[in-house]
Amino acid sequence: MVSSHFEDLLSRFSRGPWPYLLVLAHIAAGTQLVYTQPRSILAFLVLVSSFLTLYFVRADLRFKFFAGALLAVVIIPLIGVRNIFYLEVIFQIAVFAALALGLNIVVGFAGLLDLGYVAFYAVGAYLWAFFGSQQFYAMYYAPGTQPSDLPFLLPGDAFYMFMLLGVVVAAFTGIILGLPVLRVRGDYLAIVTLGFGEVIRVLANNLDKPLNLTNGPQGITPIQRPTMPEGVVEFVNSTLQPLIGHRVTVADMYNLLFYLLALVVIVVIIFVTRRLDDSKLGRAWTAVREDETAAIAQGIPLVKTKLAAFAVGASFAGVMGVLLAASRTFISPESFSFMQSIGVLVMVILGGSGSIPGVILGAATITILNLQVLQGFSLYLTELRQSDAIIPIINFAWKDLSTQLDPAKYQKMLFGIILIVMMIFRPEGMIPATRRRRKIDQEEN
Amino acid sequence: MNRLLRSINVTELLRPLGHVLAFSCGSAALMSLIAVSLALVLDRTVVGADLLDRYNVTLFTYTMVNLPQVVIDGLTIGFVYAAIALGYTMVYGVLEFINFAHSEIFAVGAFVGVELLIALDATGILAGASLVMAYAYLILAILFGMIAAGALAVTVERVAYRPLRGASRLVPLISAIGVSFLLQDIIRLVESLTTGQFNRIMPTFGNFDGRIIFGKLAMGNSTITLGIAIKSIIVIVAAVVMLVGLNYLVNATRIGKAIRAVAQDRKTASLMGINVNKIISLTFLVGGLLGGAAGVLYALKFTRIDPFVGFFPGLKAFTAAVLGGIGNMTGALLGGLVIGMLETFAGSYMGVFTMGALGSEYKDIFAFSILILVLIFRPQGLMGKHVVQKA
Repeated sequence: MVSSHFEDLLSRFSRGPWPYLLVLAHIAAGTQLVYTQPRSILAFLVLVSSFLTLYFVRADLRFKFFAGALLAVVIIPLIGVRNIFYLEVIFQIAVFAALALGLNIVVGFAGLLDLGYVAFYAVGAYLWAFFGSQQFYAMYYAPGTQPSDLPFLLPGDAFYMFMLLGVVVAAFTGIILGLPVLRVRGDYLAIVTLGFGEVIRVLANNLDKPLNLTNGPQGITPIQRPTMPEGVVEFVNSTLQPLIGHRVTVADMYNLLFYLLALVVIVVIIFVTRRLDDSKLGRAWTAVREDETAAIAQGIPLVKTKLAAFAVGASFAGVMGVLLAASRTFISPESFSFMQSIGVLVMVILGGSGSIPGVILGAATITILNLQVLQGFSLYLTELRQSDAIIPIINFAWKDLSTQLDPAKYQKMLFGIILIVMMIFRPEGMIPATRRRRKIDQEEN
Repeated sequence: MNRLLRSINVTELLRPLGHVLAFSCGSAALMSLIAVSLALVLDRTVVGADLLDRYNVTLFTYTMVNLPQVVIDGLTIGFVYAAIALGYTMVYGVLEFINFAHSEIFAVGAFVGVELLIALDATGILAGASLVMAYAYLILAILFGMIAAGALAVTVERVAYRPLRGASRLVPLISAIGVSFLLQDIIRLVESLTTGQFNRIMPTFGNFDGRIIFGKLAMGNSTITLGIAIKSIIVIVAAVVMLVGLNYLVNATRIGKAIRAVAQDRKTASLMGINVNKIISLTFLVGGLLGGAAGVLYALKFTRIDPFVGFFPGLKAFTAAVLGGIGNMTGALLGGLVIGMLETFAGSYMGVFTMGALGSEYKDIFAFSILILVLIFRPQGLMGKHVVQKA
């Protein structure tokens, strides 16, 4: 719907120098808008949507890569450091895009509905949280009673090693879980994975005894970050201060570092996913997704194929978990609720399961809705509540409105509506996967 | 009158009662046996010594003292799970589809019933009600909960599932997850707009909180009180009545025959003149009615409800349905009782048996472990026949 209109419009500008000019103009306009109006959500949307323009125009691939890299690595970090709130938004978009891309392999390619995806995210996060904090020495203390001067087990730079380790451990967890349950049919699998997600959360909540491994509901803090190279902050301050407008701190630089790391993970995932999609394994996934019985008849090893999807999907969540633990320096079981799993699923479904650009678009849309639109609406309601305004016809004073009515807390409703509406009207998502688009075209002809 | 009496199929009334009796006694006896023998074994180890040291009571005595209460609690919650599980199993039998939103339909039933009682309580009717009237009000609340939940279930089917019939399996399931989330927040929205809070407490009235004491039994230094809370009896009786009624509907009436026909083969059933859409709606209605009643009973038993109250009972009931063999009604009853028993026994005894290392906080994930075990070793469930997936 949205995308096809967009495409129609763009196809008119698809000859000659137009596409290049259009993209550059969009990027320039977005940058200018955000620069002059740092508080405007609309300006930010204009900037972020330039990725969409970039995706849809017909232009040289090298130009696309160059423009995309310029946006992602230069312009957005600059704007992010200038206004730290945007850095948080784009960091979250990057994290969720990576998670959604990982889940996309499981749901979109192999057709396995995984409702406990954040369990693997939690495995990665707790992996680094345990080894990258004082928790190893706090094991024999009940939560809250440990002395504060415990040493750290590993240096902060072990974080990079643990990003790799997170991949391995999460993939291993995926295989352990997958082995017994992947024999069952698709809809059972959904419930089993949901149960597994809950199991991990309950374990994280309660493994503070007999040995204090997770510090229970209070969560683990502080978790170490990798060391920031000497002189980075001074360098940025001395060269870029006029552009940024204020002196940057080490914390800003860390946020930037984690954003860039998330970007690297995303690039790796996209690369792996694209290579897998056209590989023997990727085709086996499609076959399993479309018709299990036929796939078995073709000689595809069912369980092995599904396990591979599970493990690959899980490994990406694992590495993002390690990243999350380090960037937040604090994790608690609350970050890994069922709600989060569904959130990632909604991103995949909304964007288009099986489609890489679609899933990224889905992740961006949901994150912006969550962080900006709903919260902006909440703030607006709070302001109304503090004013003397009334709703004219029904004579309802805004200040009588229940404080429980906070749009930011109604993500579930948003997710629910999106899921139902997408399933009924556009199950293939905003940007359908190419293979699906081919299928839909065939059906229409 | 005589003809009416003769037309009642007595076997179908007695058979489920037999099942109920056999399953309750069987699961209770089995679980008690396991718990007591574990206690006897552990009494000789450090676990028993530790307990003797701290509370001056042997593990065996501790187990025996608590046993009657644990069994009753297990039965009560088991029947609630069974009533919810029937909703899952019936819909699955007809549509081969997991109605993920069933847990919220249960929650809506609970809220409507409790809100009605709270409203009655606010007018002061409940406080002065005689015993007979108190029961009448409770039944009224259950009926309201049933009607609301049933109507909701039919609406949800019409709006969110019917347009998706014929799509691949995951599509309606994802839609159902969406409905589940939407309903949770709608309950929250309505509650916070009207009452400003969303934790609701069942008002106390009648004699539901009382206990019937049968007697006391001396057991070493301590005594065992044999008694049942009245609300447990109400829950069990109400659930049994519903189960028998449902069994009668499905196995001994024309409508039931149509439901079974649709479950067996939808296409052929429609060729035989059965209105398939109507039967599917009816299935959702019946499932919703049972779920709504289970919701009010759950609120009666556990007193406090919130908009997310459906999640865990729903999942456990689903586990129960799978454990019993999804699509099989007797299986849902058996599964519900087994899950209820296992969970209550685990919640009550695991902490003591493991010296506090694993406590009742793990009881919620107990059901999942069972689900996974069942799916590995007996995917067709305890009572289900092995069916090949329809292509």
